[in-house]
Amino acid sequence: MNRRAAILLGALVAALLALPAIANDYLLSVVILILFFAFSGQAWNVMMGFAGQLSLGHSLYVGAGAYAAAAIYVHYGIGPWAGIWLAILVCVLLGSVIGFLAFRFGISGVYFALLTIAFAEFTRIGFDHLDWVGGSGGFFLPVVRRDVNDLLNLRGSPVMFYYVALALAGGAFAFCAWLLRSRVGYYWQAIREDQDAAQSLGINTFRYKMFAIAISSAMTGVSGVFFAFYYNNLFPEQIFHISRSIELILGPIIGGLGTLFGPVLGAVVLTVLAESITEIMSALGLEIPGVKQVFYGLCLLVVIMFLPNGIWPTLARRLGLEREGRRDGHG
Amino acid sequence: MAEAQLAVRSVSKSFRGLRAVSDVSFEVQAGHIAALIGPNGAGKTTCFNVIAGVFASDSGEIRFEGRRIDGMRPDQICLAGIGRTFQLVKPFAGLSVLDNVIVGALRHNKRVSDARRKALTVLERLGLEEKRDQPAAALTLPDRKRLEVARALATEPRLLLLDEAMAGLRPTETDQMVAVFRRLIEEQGITILLIEHVMRAVMALSDEIHVLHHGELIASGSPDEVVRNPAVLDCYLGEEAV
Amino acid sequence: MPPELIANVIIAGVLTGLVYGLMAVGLSVIFGVVRVVNFAHGEMMTVAMYATVMLFAAWKLDPMLAAVPVAIAFFGFGYVLQAGLVNPFITRPEHSQFMLLVAVAMIMVNALLMVFGPDALNVQVDYQLESFAIGPILFDKARAYGASAALATSALLFAFFKFSRTGKAIRACADNNLGAKVVGLDVKHLYALTFGIGAACVAVAGCMIVLLVDVTPVLGPGYTLLAFVIVIVGGLGSMPGALLGGVLIGLSEALAGLFFNPSAKSMFSFALLILVLLFRPQGLLGRRS
Repeated sequence: MNRRAAILLGALVAALLALPAIANDYLLSVVILILFFAFSGQAWNVMMGFAGQLSLGHSLYVGAGAYAAAAIYVHYGIGPWAGIWLAILVCVLLGSVIGFLAFRFGISGVYFALLTIAFAEFTRIGFDHLDWVGGSGGFFLPVVRRDVNDLLNLRGSPVMFYYVALALAGGAFAFCAWLLRSRVGYYWQAIREDQDAAQSLGINTFRYKMFAIAISSAMTGVSGVFFAFYYNNLFPEQIFHISRSIELILGPIIGGLGTLFGPVLGAVVLTVLAESITEIMSALGLEIPGVKQVFYGLCLLVVIMFLPNGIWPTLARRLGLEREGRRDGHG
Repeated sequence: MAEAQLAVRSVSKSFRGLRAVSDVSFEVQAGHIAALIGPNGAGKTTCFNVIAGVFASDSGEIRFEGRRIDGMRPDQICLAGIGRTFQLVKPFAGLSVLDNVIVGALRHNKRVSDARRKALTVLERLGLEEKRDQPAAALTLPDRKRLEVARALATEPRLLLLDEAMAGLRPTETDQMVAVFRRLIEEQGITILLIEHVMRAVMALSDEIHVLHHGELIASGSPDEVVRNPAVLDCYLGEEAV
Repeated sequence: MPPELIANVIIAGVLTGLVYGLMAVGLSVIFGVVRVVNFAHGEMMTVAMYATVMLFAAWKLDPMLAAVPVAIAFFGFGYVLQAGLVNPFITRPEHSQFMLLVAVAMIMVNALLMVFGPDALNVQVDYQLESFAIGPILFDKARAYGASAALATSALLFAFFKFSRTGKAIRACADNNLGAKVVGLDVKHLYALTFGIGAACVAVAGCMIVLLVDVTPVLGPGYTLLAFVIVIVGGLGSMPGALLGGVLIGLSEALAGLFFNPSAKSMFSFALLILVLLFRPQGLLGRRS
């Protein structure tokens, strides 16, 4: 990272830390949404952008993580900081099963994507009938008070959730930056670029792809835990739905696949766009469902057609933020 | 005579009934350069792919430094000390030249900083260090071929399999590559097994030549012996401009 | 449970399955020739369904008849979509093509939502309530007509690909893209034709399905997935395979609905997809690529 980029990043972090002092609850909720998508988008980016495996069923992990942590909270009173570990365990298991099946049986590319969709859909319908966690009627976490900040149980004000979300997103960013520059990161990129060549250099592609899936699913599961405790209600139809999987990946794709800032930028662009549209619509007194999604779709279309590497690489070049020679692993 | 470093014994490989490699046996001594030549479709690349673990042979065995390596995966073959290049080069297009070689160097240099140092040394040896920050996709074909070799070399192999490393190069470029390989042998004592059509390079480099035709080994020996072998002249060299 | 009930459910499942099969044939043709994953397939069918509903609402046009103009319109749409949008993406990495059609699908679904709202719409024709009876076995007229149309369309397609010059040219493209170009076939045009044909199939299937279910904008993704399940189970590149796959899925859905919870019926489809992907990815009748 060059000096200019470092300064900008520092300024951004400072601004984010100070935000609650000047922002109202609505703005905070918007930024929390951005941070959530930045976090989950970063998680998906590990699998696709780093290791080259297209998953369109990532809602499976959001839901699994959410339900796992929520279930033990509601039924056994075990708080989210323990719940997170259960969520990670469950998601890593699920991801490993899918990954193992796929790689063992030689399923890749589009077929792999379809496999991931099938698992997510299967789980969605399954959870509709799982009464222990509310079934299709929904699962609800008890909300006591919004003014007392109970960090242990993640019950509290928007400001508390804001800092939790910021920590998660920031942590994910730092973690992925570290991974990318490590041996694992190099091997992942090699696998993404050319598996045969990677193997000839001694890389056990199976092992590293599984690792990417494990990390990706674990991180996504954690985002699910946040989701559960922030929104306090879970419906299989929503959380496991394929549109959620797609929503999750819009950020990284629009922002820039395989880059570190891509998912963040994508999350910002999409959330700002969505909120602006909602504002404009309500200002015009219109109430038309589906407008937001149409814009998402158009955004995706435009980016895919004209900026296939996402917005970030072009933006970074224009702003002079790239070092000489790409080192964030993206061409 | 010392035990051969690479021993291919009675290896056969068929694809859906077509015998690509049929009962082929040859040996390569450590520190030598051996060439595998023959007309197109003779089974040379299949042979390579079997040695490199891409395919499993139907029968026969392959020993490297006394250990059986047939049936191993390509990444295990690399661990055993064998590196390879591909006929159609496979650079990691989205990565820089340096990063490409770092991937190779990480095999034995687990820390990225060590791998980086190693990679720079290898690039220097291959004459690519000035282009180290360029994206691999921007390289010319000769440079891509050199990158391919550099990357494989970074894994510190004791045997290097070169698949048509000279294809597509002009005579001067070929001479340059030959010089590079010569230096490698002298400095590192590496063994090279190469597939080549460019006879200029084969004659200049090889200690032994093995000739394949229709999947069978029809001649083995020193360059002078093979060039005079009537069977070889009949099927291959007679058509090929030396 | 009386055997007649089971038999009727089976019949209904098979007939519905044939209509699903037609939808899948469209996907198989596109996937098999152009090698593009048409993620907007189900959404296209939903649009066709809405078109049929509109035509019925405006002119009382029976869906069976509406199938013709709708199919023609969709052929044109498919052609333009492929030629204009998808074609430049043929050389791009797989996931780019995929996401392109995901974007198109998103836009379609939500445009429908914007225009028609989330409430269900349908057509009401007399024969939806009537059945043919052969002894104690009942064939719903609507399903029977739909299945017949599906079979007829498939037969037409089959003949087209087997006997006509253009059909053979398209098959050539599918088998060997480069070779086709070398012999002078206009591959881009043929790809666009193929997409158009696939779209037309989907349109006919949509017109038929409207007789059986109510239409809402959100049906799209479900049908896309169903089409993929069928194509993969039945075998890529095989039209009989797509029909067979459709019948199997229709049957499993019907039986699952009868013996288990109706809302769980899709679970079987997805379980089947997973099993097929793992153990027999070429499907039942497909060729190993």
